[in-house]
Amino acid sequence: MTYIAGIFILAGVFFFLAATVGFLRFPDLYTRMHATGKGDTLGLLLCIVGLALYNGCINQSWNGLVQGVKIISIAIFWFIASPTATHALLRAAFESGVKPWTKDGVVVIDKGEDGKET
Amino acid sequence: MSYLVTFFIFLGFWIFMSGLFDIWHFGLGVICCALVSYMSSDLFFKEKPSFKKAVEVVRFVKYIPWLLYQIGLANIYIVKLAFHPKMKRQIYPHVVRFKTVLKDELSLVTFANSITLTPGTITLLIDGDVFYVHAIDKVVADSLPGEMEKRVGHIFGEVLWKH
Amino acid sequence: METLILYSALALCGLILLCLYRALYGPTVFDRIIGAGFVGTKTAILLLLIGFIYNRIDMFVDLALVYSILNFIGTIIVSKYFIKKGSGIE
Repeated sequence: MTYIAGIFILAGVFFFLAATVGFLRFPDLYTRMHATGKGDTLGLLLCIVGLALYNGCINQSWNGLVQGVKIISIAIFWFIASPTATHALLRAAFESGVKPWTKDGVVVIDKGEDGKET
Repeated sequence: MSYLVTFFIFLGFWIFMSGLFDIWHFGLGVICCALVSYMSSDLFFKEKPSFKKAVEVVRFVKYIPWLLYQIGLANIYIVKLAFHPKMKRQIYPHVVRFKTVLKDELSLVTFANSITLTPGTITLLIDGDVFYVHAIDKVVADSLPGEMEKRVGHIFGEVLWKH
Repeated sequence: METLILYSALALCGLILLCLYRALYGPTVFDRIIGAGFVGTKTAILLLLIGFIYNRIDMFVDLALVYSILNFIGTIIVSKYFIKKGSGIE
C-alpha cells in the first residue's frame, strides 16, 4: 500500500514539474495560465491522495481518520478554488487590456449557435 | 428546516475539524454551530431544501468522475506541450466568443470552472450569457461548447440529455 | 518511504525556486501574481510533507489548510483590486 502512495506522490511532483516548465516557457500570460491552472489542480490532487493513503497506513486510529479527512478537505477546497482564482485573475488581466499573444493578429473569433465560425 | 440542515452540516464539519469529544469542546461546537447557522442559514440555502436539490447533488456527484478524466487529459496535453522543443509552432492561441443556453447562476459557475479544467481552454470573461474562452489550439476550440454544456445543463435540469 | 518524502520535498523546493524567477522578473504584474499563487500551492503540499517528516502531521495539516485558504483569498483580493484600478499598462 505504501508503494502505491509513493507512486501517487511521485506522479504529483512530476505534474508540478511539467506545470513549472510550461509556466517558464510559454509565450504570454494567458498560455502560462493554461499551465498553472491545470497542472496545479492535478498535481495537488495526486499528492494529496498519496499522502492520505500513506497516513492511512501508518496511523490507524480515530485521530488518523480525522487527519485523513482534513487532508482530503484540502483537495476538495482546492478543486473548487483553483479554477475560480484562475478565472478572477484572467478577468482582471483581460479587462485591463493585456493583449493575448497570437500568430496572425486575430484575437477574437466568434462562434454561432451551430458551432461554426462566423 | 433549512436551519436544521445547516446546523447538522456545520456540526459534522466541526467534529471532523476538532476530533475531540469531551464535554467542553463539543458544547462549544454546538453553541458556535447554533449561532452561525441562525445567522447564515438563509445564505446557505436560497430556496427551501427539496427533493429536486437532492437529485441535483446526486447528479453532480455522478458528473465528477468524467471531470477527473478530463483533468487527466488536460494535464497530459500540458505535459506534451511543455516538454515539446518547438512548442511555439504547435500552438495557435486565440479567444473564442460564444453564447450559452444556460441561465442559472450555479450552472454558469459550474460550466465556467469545468471549461477551465478541460484540455486547452480557460474561461476569460462571462458577460451575461456570452462566454469569452481562451483556447490554446484550433482543434480544442472546435469542441466548444458541445458536450460539456449538455452535461452541466443536465445536472441542473435545464437541458434534456441522454447518454 | 521516509527518503521518498524527503526527496520529493527537496524537489518541490527546487520548483519553488524556479517559480520565483517568474515572480521576480515577470513582464507584467499578473505574471508575478500567478507566480506567487503557484508558489503558495506548492507550499501547502510542502507543509504536509514536512509534517510527515517530523511525525507532527496533526499540527501541520491545519497549517496547510489555513495556508491554502489564505492563498486563495489573497489571489481573489489582488485581482479584484486590479479590476477596479487597471494594471497601468497599455
